[in-house]
Formats: sequence, C-alpha cells, structure tokens
Amino acid sequence: MSQTLSNPNAARDHARSMAGTLVEAMPMLPPVADDLPAGVASDDLVWEETIAPGGYATRRLARGTRLRLIDLKGDACASMLLFNAEMPSERLNVADTVKVQWNAYLGAGKLLLSDMGRVLASIIEDDAGTHDTFCGTSNAATNAAKYGDGRNSGPYPNGRDRFLLGVAKHGLGRRDVHPCVNLFKGAKIAPDGTIMPQVGPYTPGRSMLLRTEMDVILVIANCPHILDPREDWTVTPLRATAWRGPVTPDSDPVRNATPEGLRAFQNVEDYFRR
Amino acid sequence: MSDDPHLAGLSGTILHDITVPARAPWLHHIAAGQTLRIVDLEGNQAVDFLLYSAQDDAERYSAQDTVAAQGNLFLRQGTVLRSNEGRPMMTIAATSVDYHDTIGGACSCESNTLRYGHHTKAEHACVENFLEANLLEGRGKRDIVSNINFFMNVPVEEDGALGIVDGISAPGLTVDLRAEMDVIVVVSNCPQINNPCNGFNPTPVRMIVSA
Repeated sequence: MSQTLSNPNAARDHARSMAGTLVEAMPMLPPVADDLPAGVASDDLVWEETIAPGGYATRRLARGTRLRLIDLKGDACASMLLFNAEMPSERLNVADTVKVQWNAYLGAGKLLLSDMGRVLASIIEDDAGTHDTFCGTSNAATNAAKYGDGRNSGPYPNGRDRFLLGVAKHGLGRRDVHPCVNLFKGAKIAPDGTIMPQVGPYTPGRSMLLRTEMDVILVIANCPHILDPREDWTVTPLRATAWRGPVTPDSDPVRNATPEGLRAFQNVEDYFRR
Repeated sequence: MSDDPHLAGLSGTILHDITVPARAPWLHHIAAGQTLRIVDLEGNQAVDFLLYSAQDDAERYSAQDTVAAQGNLFLRQGTVLRSNEGRPMMTIAATSVDYHDTIGGACSCESNTLRYGHHTKAEHACVENFLEANLLEGRGKRDIVSNINFFMNVPVEEDGALGIVDGISAPGLTVDLRAEMDVIVVVSNCPQINNPCNGFNPTPVRMIVSA
C-alpha cells in the first residue's frame, strides 16, 4: 500500500476510487427517499441520513420542517438535544416540557418546549410509544463501568461525549449539553419513584414524525439507553429523513389542543413577529 | 450546646448561618467535607437548588444523571447528587422529609405564561434568581439546568400525569447535604404564588454550613 501511494497523484487516485461507496450508516447527498408520505414532493426533501449504532448526527432545520425518525431494526435510542438556531442559549427544557403539559410521557400531540416558554418541536405522529424524559444519556464513566470503555475513539461510545461533538460543530461546548429526551427507549415510573426502563428490542421500523416550530439545531446521539440492562453494548441504526413543510397554521389541532400549549405557540408566533 | 432546635445533630463548627428571605437568591461556596443544612422554617417552602463544581463550573448538577444512577426519581436520604459527568457532588446525609423533587424544574417568567397566563409574566421567578446569582460569577443562561426542589412534592401517576402538589414538608423540617467536592451552591427561595409549592405564601429558609 505505502508503495503504490508513495506520490500525491497515486494517493489522490486511491482516495477518488472510493467515490460512490455505499454503507449502512451514511448521509445521502442529494437526499433521496422512496418512501415519502403521499403529498410530499421529492424536491422538498432536505435530509436523508442513517445514523450508525453509537453514532451521532446534527443538523439545522428550518421552522416547519417535518422530521421523520425510524428505528430501522428495533434497537435504536435517539437521545436528542434541541436549540433555537438563532439564539442557542434558548434550548429544550425537559422539566418545563413535562411540567407545563402536566405529563411526563411523550407521544403524538406532545410538545418539546424551550426554556423561554416556546415550542421548539411538536410530535405529530408516534407509533413507538416508548420514550423517556427522565434518565438522560450515558457518559464516559457509566460506559467505562458497564462496558469497560466509553470513549469516542473506542468501541462503546457514550451519549454525552457524542452530544459534545455534535454541539461543538455549531460552536457550542460543555455548558450547552443540556438534559435530553430519549426517543424509542422508554422509562415508566412506579408509585415509589422507581424507574422502569423499557428498552425492547422492538419490532423493526417503528417511526415518529416531528415538526419543528422554530429554526432549530438538532443533535441526535444513537447510543444504548443509560439504563439498558443488557450486558452487551447493544444499539442499531437510526434513520432520519426531513422535508420542508408549512409553518403551523392557527387552525392546527396540536397547536390548539391545550391552553398551555396554545400559549407556547402564541409565544413562538410573537417571537417571529418582527 | 445550643438550644436552637435547628442545629440539632450538627457536629463541628458552624461556619455560616443565614436566613434567606422569602423570594430571594442565595449563592455560597462549600468545601468538600462541609455540610449544608437547609431548614424549611415555616413549612412547605420550595428551595430551588443548583450546584456547580468550584474547580470547573462547566461541571454541574445533573438531575438526569442523579436519578438514572439510583434508578429512582425521588431524592431521599442517601441520594448522591451527581454531576453531568457522573461524579458525586453532594450526598443527602439526612432529611426529615420523605423525599424531594428533581423533575419539576424551576419556575420562570416564560414558563409562568404557559402554566398560568400572560398576566403572570412580570412576577418574580426562580430563573430570575438563578440568573442574578450566577451572573455574579460569570455564569449565565447556558448554565441553568434542571434543578432540585427541596421540600417540593411532584408525584408521577401511572399514565405519566404529574404536577406540583401540596407539600410534604412542615415547619422546622431539614435536609443535610454533605459536599463530596468543592461546590458552588445556587439557590432560589421560590417566589411562586400560583401553585401549592410554597403554600401560596413564600417564606424564609435558613442555611447553616458546618464542618
């Protein structure tokens, strides 16, 4: 190898010969998806990426974008951070999300609220039903204790360090990795406060559809749930697809479902009144 | 020996002893090994509480790491308060209240508009206190994360329903926190008047640091 690549032209040819390689976890550019919902034009597709087990992805999404997440093989865990892209000091507030909606369990119709009283994203569809607002994600220490290693450079990356890399791509840092939500892996609470993790594995292909209500920075880490009881580090690929959509209208049923949620939408609309 | 019942059971020297007025913030540095006692003087007063590592304040209290590590949502005697890097910051050495909350977060002017209506926007709120105190040391909005609410009761029902309900605290009840590292404690003595967390009447709390 070192012989044939001993000059720049050979190294260039070698690098170029990789073009067109397809692997399981990668972005598709330009985005292409043959399973868009009826009525969605392929021209409106903005993002198509499969996130590796243990990998992460991050993207800026405009207000009104539809984000579909698919747990391709039934064992993904989408740990998610959300920021107002225009002013990232505004971010997902998990406590406000559960307190304002008087409920801790995420599902269709639920809102992901910022610390400024606004809706960052709505959950439009959900056929998974197992999500988690309580447990957060793994860190280097928990993965080292559980799997023997948790480094980004090792075989068992942890969620927090994935988040750190993700936020860093937007100029953010350690102070910006806020409490997260976990999608596709759940946690139920017993009357005495005991956390009962729900980690499956589940039927392949469960999906969720989110709608961004502001311009957001999204960071997703796909690492095993922090309370996954399995001895082995187990996680499967997560697919993300996003397409353009209209800004939520006044008549939207999710917008109007509760008085608290309506005021959160009114705060968003007020923010964009400029 | 003091006759002050609020000092009962504290060993060593009293380093600091102050009453935080109703609605006010409080910031204090506490060294590893020292104990902070919080006294709910008049009962049912939520004490919103954040922690930062004194050496590196990007390391701070993490509600999620704390509850995941113990597999339980409620903070009880023995609970280790963990950082966002999984390290022990303080331990609840003792408490005369059954459990404390860490999922309800802090009230803010903005969340008040959602929970109660825009007429509450101008009311004082815990996030205002957290900001005011943190800004003294160069921390800001990015440093405010999910907090602890000592003396506050947030049960979760089987269907996920949750809410701040009547307190389980009473006058003179306490929580003792032993510092496991040098920490910065930032407190908001909660000014909320629209839910039962303060019995609709914010009152003073007492902070006693001993070593």
